[in-house]
Amino acid sequence: MTIQTSTAGASAPAPARAPVAAPSRRFGAGALVLLMLLAAALPLIPFVVKVNPYILNIFMQAATYAVAVLGMTVVLGYTGQIHLGQAAFFGIGAYSVALGTLVLGLNFWLALLLGIVLASLAGFILGLTTLRVGGHYLAMVTISFQVIFDLILTNWIAVTRGPDGISGIGRPSLFGYTLADDKAYLAFCVLVLYLVIFGVWWLPKTRLGRAMQSVRENEMAAEVSGVATLVVKVVAFTMCSALGAVGGALYAAGFAYISPDNFSFKISIEFLTMTLLGGSQSPFGGALGTVLLILLPEWLRFLKEIYMAAYGLAVILIMVFMPEGIWGIVMRAWRRLWPRRPLAHGAVEPFKLDFPLTDTAPVLQLVNVQKHFGGVRAVDGIDIDVARGTVHALIGPNGSGKTTTLNVLNGIYRPTAGQIIVDGKDLTHTSPHVRAGHGVGRTFQNIRLFPALSALENVMIGAQRAHNPIERSESALRRRALSTLDFVGLLDRADQVVRSLPYGHQRLVEIARSLAGSPKLLLLDEPAAGLNQTEKQELVKLLKRLRGHGITIFLIEHDMGLIVQVSDRISVLNFGRKIAEGTPDEVLRHPAVIAAYLGESVHAAA
Amino acid sequence: MSNFSFNLQLLFSGLAVGAVYSLVALGFVLIIRATNVVNFAQGDFAMIGAFAMVTMLTALKLPYWIAFVLALAVMAVFGVIFNYAVYYPLRNRSFLPVIISTLGASIFMQNAVLGIFGPQPRPLEKVFKTPGFEVAGVFLDSQYLVILAVTLIAVAFQYFFFEHTLLGKKLQATSQDKDMARLVGIPVAWMIAITFVYSATLGGLAGILIGPVLFVSIGMGSIIALKAFSATVIGGFGDVTGAIVGGLLLGVVESFGAAYVSVPYKDAFAFLLLLVFLLIRPQGIFGEKISEKA
Repeated sequence: MTIQTSTAGASAPAPARAPVAAPSRRFGAGALVLLMLLAAALPLIPFVVKVNPYILNIFMQAATYAVAVLGMTVVLGYTGQIHLGQAAFFGIGAYSVALGTLVLGLNFWLALLLGIVLASLAGFILGLTTLRVGGHYLAMVTISFQVIFDLILTNWIAVTRGPDGISGIGRPSLFGYTLADDKAYLAFCVLVLYLVIFGVWWLPKTRLGRAMQSVRENEMAAEVSGVATLVVKVVAFTMCSALGAVGGALYAAGFAYISPDNFSFKISIEFLTMTLLGGSQSPFGGALGTVLLILLPEWLRFLKEIYMAAYGLAVILIMVFMPEGIWGIVMRAWRRLWPRRPLAHGAVEPFKLDFPLTDTAPVLQLVNVQKHFGGVRAVDGIDIDVARGTVHALIGPNGSGKTTTLNVLNGIYRPTAGQIIVDGKDLTHTSPHVRAGHGVGRTFQNIRLFPALSALENVMIGAQRAHNPIERSESALRRRALSTLDFVGLLDRADQVVRSLPYGHQRLVEIARSLAGSPKLLLLDEPAAGLNQTEKQELVKLLKRLRGHGITIFLIEHDMGLIVQVSDRISVLNFGRKIAEGTPDEVLRHPAVIAAYLGESVHAAA
Repeated sequence: MSNFSFNLQLLFSGLAVGAVYSLVALGFVLIIRATNVVNFAQGDFAMIGAFAMVTMLTALKLPYWIAFVLALAVMAVFGVIFNYAVYYPLRNRSFLPVIISTLGASIFMQNAVLGIFGPQPRPLEKVFKTPGFEVAGVFLDSQYLVILAVTLIAVAFQYFFFEHTLLGKKLQATSQDKDMARLVGIPVAWMIAITFVYSATLGGLAGILIGPVLFVSIGMGSIIALKAFSATVIGGFGDVTGAIVGGLLLGVVESFGAAYVSVPYKDAFAFLLLLVFLLIRPQGIFGEKISEKA
């Protein structure tokens, strides 16, 4: 590992506030340790002090609910998908334990496992059918699932015992010790909750967690960067379902009695509100929101039956005034007191691509590619070969089909006819993330980054594409991302949230994100758009430096000065057809090109 | 009753209930097109409309038609309030917070009404006193006939309004490209407010019409909304014709399903149909393949 430990970062030339921040930072760490000790001591309190059994019950409810809410953190907070049926998965867990232990005679652990398997299966199937088609659908389909689940619980009396519910559910035993005592069982639930909190907290630091966040931030950019977005969404939803089942199983064994009312749509909404109130993007927020909303009705008893109305109002107010939830606000205050320590990276490795240039076959072949939208022939049969290690520009007047070509090329559109061959492999019928896995990188005309993530995280998502020829370890990914950021000159911005970066830097981060994935072929859609003269010159230098690394670049651009400076070869499109191709000199003197740009009759020119 | 006329009867009542789904689905589609967001409170517009009607008739003892007009006026005002309280503050954010906000509004509306009127379902007068009449062995309920007629009129009005009036064209422009609409001088915020007014009124109308059939209750809106949403998906997401056809289809499927398969699971058929469509034809009957612009 070449990344230095934090001491290197602290001793490095630090920002001006560092000397002031140092002692308070130690205090911050102390506060953190204290909080953790308090958390650890929490479940032990009832063993020491006599606690009202009613209070124990409330906390048992909070602990079991929180496990289900943390599932929502994964789906809603990390992956950005709206899920409105978590109570049904909670119910699957609860009914599995109830019926599994009482009817099938399984022990608690087997019944729990059954619940997890059933809920995951339901989540997997529901997710797979729904998540193909986008955000709105999951919300409605999960409500539908919730409604069907309710109908089954109340009407399939032979199995579920209907509205009367099931009583006499037993407590599990652990290492031969039955957790019949409420205090012991509560401690057990809290322990499970802590484990789940830890797992959910850890998740964003993994490939999967980063992929989830990239889906939330910009699904198309995620897909093009090599994230299998559908798989990630389905995995997130399945994880959420499994956590729902765990929470439900603990709940059933804890309260010994369940009925359909415990798993209604109303409870799903409570789960959602808990997630949002606490802060959907952190497991601590989810846990906090759960505890608050379970205690709140106790405090707000005077509201009686309209307390659900207050719930509804709270949801709107949270969305309008504190979209990050309570935890988001707490974290912002915390960061103001103890700012994040500057990124410690030590020595950065030089950026490498180094594709062998011995292979002379073209990197990219477009064979008679067509794309029609209804009757409009946006791309009408073009053939282009892009030679390895070159910069190949695609130009043409507005509406000539350039961006459509790029979208067909990287799989955002399916071509009407024709073939796309990358490095000898026919990728015509593959999705964008598969093409990214085969070394096709891309940037967008209107920059598509993951705005709420740091520059480093953005680039790491690019680096973690399938088949990237670097080590698989987390530290290798980090090193790769840092060296790429260094290459584009943004190393000092690595830990900044990209939303706050100036426009020119955002473009560079987007280019770095593709470069980190070692693309054989890099597609740039108007990379100079919106850049000023200095930034354009920087871009030209960057493109020229890249050429030394054996990468092939296929770019669309309107800035002729830039094109002439960097391109080896130019293809010209007009009305969806290729009208000329050659070196910059040849192309710019071509009569058809002059006609297309200066508006002479196309028929006369062709 | 012969088997044939029994089936005809099922078809008739299925179409009538489906027409209500269509009306609510139309409201859905308009808001989806104007704001790119599903309004979770769409069904509660129907609920509020029905309760407004009940209040006008029983508490204020107004004649039916005056009550009807006033209830729709209440819904129009309600649409304005909804727009400014629920959508407007979040208009520049992504669709996730907006959807969640409409969901919060739905919970609030239901429970506020619960607080005012209590949990007891209320009966609502039919438009005409006659129960209906029999044609060829099929009993044509007068309320069902009214529902079908009103739906037909609403659809015709909507077509005329959107295709042949300037305001309709402006609304269409807003739904297709807000930035461009703003550039050519269309007051986009106003257009969206009008869309909410229109779709709240449409929802209220649906509630007033179905009230006598279902009884007026707090939960009537959410179940209608779920069906209406299923209808928009089945018909083609965001497609006006699709919403109408999808709604009618759902109504008929439910009616036959309840008669031949199971009554308690009647509400499940819509969702099963929804899942089948998502699996086999996610773009719906009239929808085009969904593809995002890069």
